[in-house]
Amino acid sequence: MSFVEVENVFQSYGARPILERVNVTVNRGEFISIVGASGCGKSTFLRLLLAQEQPTRGSITIDGRPPAQEPDRTRGVVFQRYSVFPHMNVRDNIVAGEAFARSFGRLFGSERRAAQERADAMLERIGLNHVADAYPATLSGGMQQRLAIGQALAAKPLILLLDEPFGALDPGTRLSMHDFLMHLRGEIGMTVFMVTHDLSEGFKLGDRVLVFDKPRWDPTDPDAYGATVTYDFDARNRGIPFQTIMEETHVLRPV
Amino acid sequence: MRLINRTPSPALRAFLVLVPFALAFVVYLVASEIRLEANPSDRLLPSPGTILDTAVSLLTVPDRRSGAILFWGDTWASLTRLSLGVGLAAAIGLVFGMLIGLLPHVRATLSIFVGVLSLIPPLALLPILFITFGLGEVSKVVLIVIGITPFLIRDLSGRVMEIPREMIVKAETLGASSLVIALRVALPQVLPRLVQAIRLSLGPAWLFLIAAEAIAANQGLGYRIFLVRRYLAMDVILTYVLWITFLAWVIDWLLKAVARRAFPWTEVSP
Repeated sequence: MSFVEVENVFQSYGARPILERVNVTVNRGEFISIVGASGCGKSTFLRLLLAQEQPTRGSITIDGRPPAQEPDRTRGVVFQRYSVFPHMNVRDNIVAGEAFARSFGRLFGSERRAAQERADAMLERIGLNHVADAYPATLSGGMQQRLAIGQALAAKPLILLLDEPFGALDPGTRLSMHDFLMHLRGEIGMTVFMVTHDLSEGFKLGDRVLVFDKPRWDPTDPDAYGATVTYDFDARNRGIPFQTIMEETHVLRPV
Repeated sequence: MRLINRTPSPALRAFLVLVPFALAFVVYLVASEIRLEANPSDRLLPSPGTILDTAVSLLTVPDRRSGAILFWGDTWASLTRLSLGVGLAAAIGLVFGMLIGLLPHVRATLSIFVGVLSLIPPLALLPILFITFGLGEVSKVVLIVIGITPFLIRDLSGRVMEIPREMIVKAETLGASSLVIALRVALPQVLPRLVQAIRLSLGPAWLFLIAAEAIAANQGLGYRIFLVRRYLAMDVILTYVLWITFLAWVIDWLLKAVARRAFPWTEVSP
């Protein structure tokens, strides 16, 4: 049984189909990059994974649980913008990852202190402990996205969804964010879905690269058909296939 | 250089700020001078000296009948009504603004209704308010509430709906319930707008207050103005007008200062 199962998912807005017959299975700990042209349903697919929208047909299950009706703590998300709360300082943004699940969205007493300590540990890990008391608006774009990722992870989700998380960053910051994300992932082994416009980014970070495109195209009515997963690349080992021996071969391997 | 690119130096700016005030004063002075020359007992445009004398006596000489200084009594009565009215309107506006902004069902039920309500001229309801709530304090406070609440509800619900969907979804993925989203995401971001909306609605609030006091009251700034109007006591009226202007300015300044202290995150530039 795979960790994330997308079964025969269709999504249409009114009469206009967006996604058709999407079938994907993902194992625990895989990093899935999702690429494709504008308007080919990558973001729709992410919203479906997020349970922000319900598919018109088909189902998405995570870890064998029943399909979610609305976004919940099993899915963490980072958008291109607006992923942190501007009225809370950096530490409180991380604490929110634990506190928001409580009935009034706050922690009190020793629980609160413990959460703040865990938040400080998280800030240490994402390299933001020196700005713990600052408001997000004073941070650079890269720092804000690091904070958003840290906040999402503080809630301990099953899968992490990234919607063009580095799209608004300059190239240098983007590269350092790649290192940051790979390092973080090496530590916690999270299952990640990342939508990106940047092919090289998708191949660099992902274990698999899903390409969304329209397999059928009616030139007189471009909206007649929806998109689906047209390629499913193995992007491990720099995209060179068959580098990982999957089965036990009983021959000596180089160490 | 284009005019839009020319900026005054700090000294010139300070001077330019004072120019319209000085000009208004001079125009009044000249007009008053002309009228007083034609008729020294003219009451329409009293000289600034007369106004000052009146102001001093208003502030120091107690009323012969009651022994109290009416000026402070009027100020106290008006400010009480104003703060009650604006406070109630702000509370109602905040609650309904948040409900309409956050909950689609409430929005579907109320947003058109509030839009229609806001078109009713509040002053046209004044007779009904006097009949329903009597001539006491309640009707005046209710007039202010009716006058500015629809605006506050619409402004605040609009602000709540401006909160990016991403931020709400993010809160959902952190496990926040609707209540938590309201209290921890929407409310803190709406409060600065509430202060701003109150500042904007203080003008109408004063208007409704003075209108209500003018028609039925036994003290209050608006009441006094419309009482002494019968004796053409322009010196008293002008003193009260200047005082009201000053009060309005101080309240506005205080609200601005409170907002700056209470919401430091709105001050930081991105």
